[in-house]
Amino acid sequence: MKRFAWVGVLAGLLLAWEAWVDLRSVPDYLLPSPSGIASALWDERSTLLSQAAVTAREMLLGFALAVILGLGAAILLQRLPWLRSAVYPLLVASQSIPVVAIAPLLVIYLGFGLSPKALIVALVCFFPITANALDGFASAPAELRSTMRTLNATPRAIFWRVELPWASPRVFTGARIAASYAAVAALFAEYAGGSGGLADSMHDQLDTQLVGAAILLLALLALALFGLVTLLERVMIPWAREG
Amino acid sequence: MIATMAGAPISIEHVGHGYGPLSVLHDVSLEIAAGSRLAVVGPSGCGKSTLLHLIAGLEQPRAGAISVAGGDLPERRLAGCALMPQDDLLLPWRSALDNAALPLMNAGVGRGQAREAALPLFRRFGLEGFEQEQPRRLSGGMRQRVAFLRTLLAGKGVLLLDEPFASLDALTREELGGWLAETLDQEPRTVVLVTHDVDEALRTCERVAVLSPRPGRLLLDAPSTHLSHDDLMEALRS
Repeated sequence: MKRFAWVGVLAGLLLAWEAWVDLRSVPDYLLPSPSGIASALWDERSTLLSQAAVTAREMLLGFALAVILGLGAAILLQRLPWLRSAVYPLLVASQSIPVVAIAPLLVIYLGFGLSPKALIVALVCFFPITANALDGFASAPAELRSTMRTLNATPRAIFWRVELPWASPRVFTGARIAASYAAVAALFAEYAGGSGGLADSMHDQLDTQLVGAAILLLALLALALFGLVTLLERVMIPWAREG
Repeated sequence: MIATMAGAPISIEHVGHGYGPLSVLHDVSLEIAAGSRLAVVGPSGCGKSTLLHLIAGLEQPRAGAISVAGGDLPERRLAGCALMPQDDLLLPWRSALDNAALPLMNAGVGRGQAREAALPLFRRFGLEGFEQEQPRRLSGGMRQRVAFLRTLLAGKGVLLLDEPFASLDALTREELGGWLAETLDQEPRTVVLVTHDVDEALRTCERVAVLSPRPGRLLLDAPSTHLSHDDLMEALRS
C-alpha cells in the first residue's frame, strides 16, 4: 500500500490544481489546468510523440556518452594520482560554467545535428558519475586493501577486483542523478540548436497547455531513464541491494 | 596439504612503532621458528594488530627490525605473509568458491584452474555444497572458514591471523577454534595468532606472548605447556 502512496498524493495535487484554476477562473496563459494539458496532449499527440522520440534519442545518446566519459575519467583519475591532483579541481570548477552559455558555441562548432546535443547532455551528466565513482573507489575499506596485498594482489588487481566493484553502487547513484539531469540538458541543447524535439512545442510560451503537455512528456522521459538505470543496477549488481 | 612454502621463520628485534605522537609498540623482540605457532594476547589497543601489519610488511617499524624468511624489506615480508583480518572481508559479488580462489587468480592462475584448485578443499573445510553461494547466504562460521581457506590458498609460509573468530558467538568460536587447531596440524605453516581469548591461545598455539597495555611491551613469552588460563589472566592484569 505504502508503495503506491504517491498515486494518492498525485491525484490529490491534480484535483486541487484543477479546482483552483476552475474556481478562481485563472486564465490559461497564466496557468493551464491539468485537464487542459491532457486535452493538448491528446490533440497534439502525433507531433508531441515524434518530438519526444527525438528528445529521448538525444537523452539516451548523451547519457550513454556521459557514463563512458564519466566512468573512464574516474578510472583514469583513480589510477593516476598525479593526474587527479592536476585535473580534478579544474573539473569541479568547470561545473560552474552554465551549459546554457556554451551550448550555442557547441552548435557553432559541431552543427545542428545530433552530435552537439548529445555532447551537451553528456557535459551536464558526466560529473555526478565521475564524482560518485571516485568516492566509491575511495570507500573500499583500508583493511580489505591491506588483506588483498597479502593475498598476492598487485595494485592493478586491487583496483579491478576490489575497488571498481566496490564502487559500483556509487557509480549507479551518480548515474541516477545524471539521468535526472539528462532531460533538462537535452532541452537546453534543443533551445540552442533546434532539433524537432520537445523544445519546439515550448517556443510559444503563451500556449501554456501545449507547453504543459511537452513538460509532462519530458518528465516522463526523465522518469523512464531513471527507471532504466535502477533496473540495470538491480540486474548488474544484485548483491548491493540484498546487502 | 595445500602446495605452499612450508613455513618461514620470523625475527622481531627491538621493534617500536607508533602513529604521530602516539606510541603503540615499544621494544618488542620475538623469534618465531619456521612452522611454529605463536599466540599474541593483550588488552585492546596494545598494538597486536599493528604487530601483524609490521610483520606483513604493510607498515615499516619506527625502531628495530623485522625479517621474514631472512628478508627484512617490506616487499620480502609481504611476499611471505598472508593476513586474515577479524572481519572476513569476503567480496559480496563473488561466490564462496571465487572468494577462496582469489589469491590464486591474483597470482596469475586462470579462473577455471584456480576454482579447480580450491574446490576439493571445500569438502575438507566442511563447506561442500556451498561453493556457489554468495557470502551473505553463509553463516558467520562458514564465512570465516572461507576466509581462512582464502588465506591458506595464498600459498604463503606465514599466516597472520588477527582475531579471526572474535565476531562469532562463543559456541561457534569454540568449535572453530578446535577446527583451526586441527587444520593447522595438517598445514605446516608459521602462524601468528592475535586473540583476546586466552583459552584459544593455549589450545591453538605452542607458544604465547603477552603484551602490556599501550604502548605494547612484551610481558611474557612462554610455551603453552608451561602456562595455564590463570597464569595468562594474571599476566594480562599485571
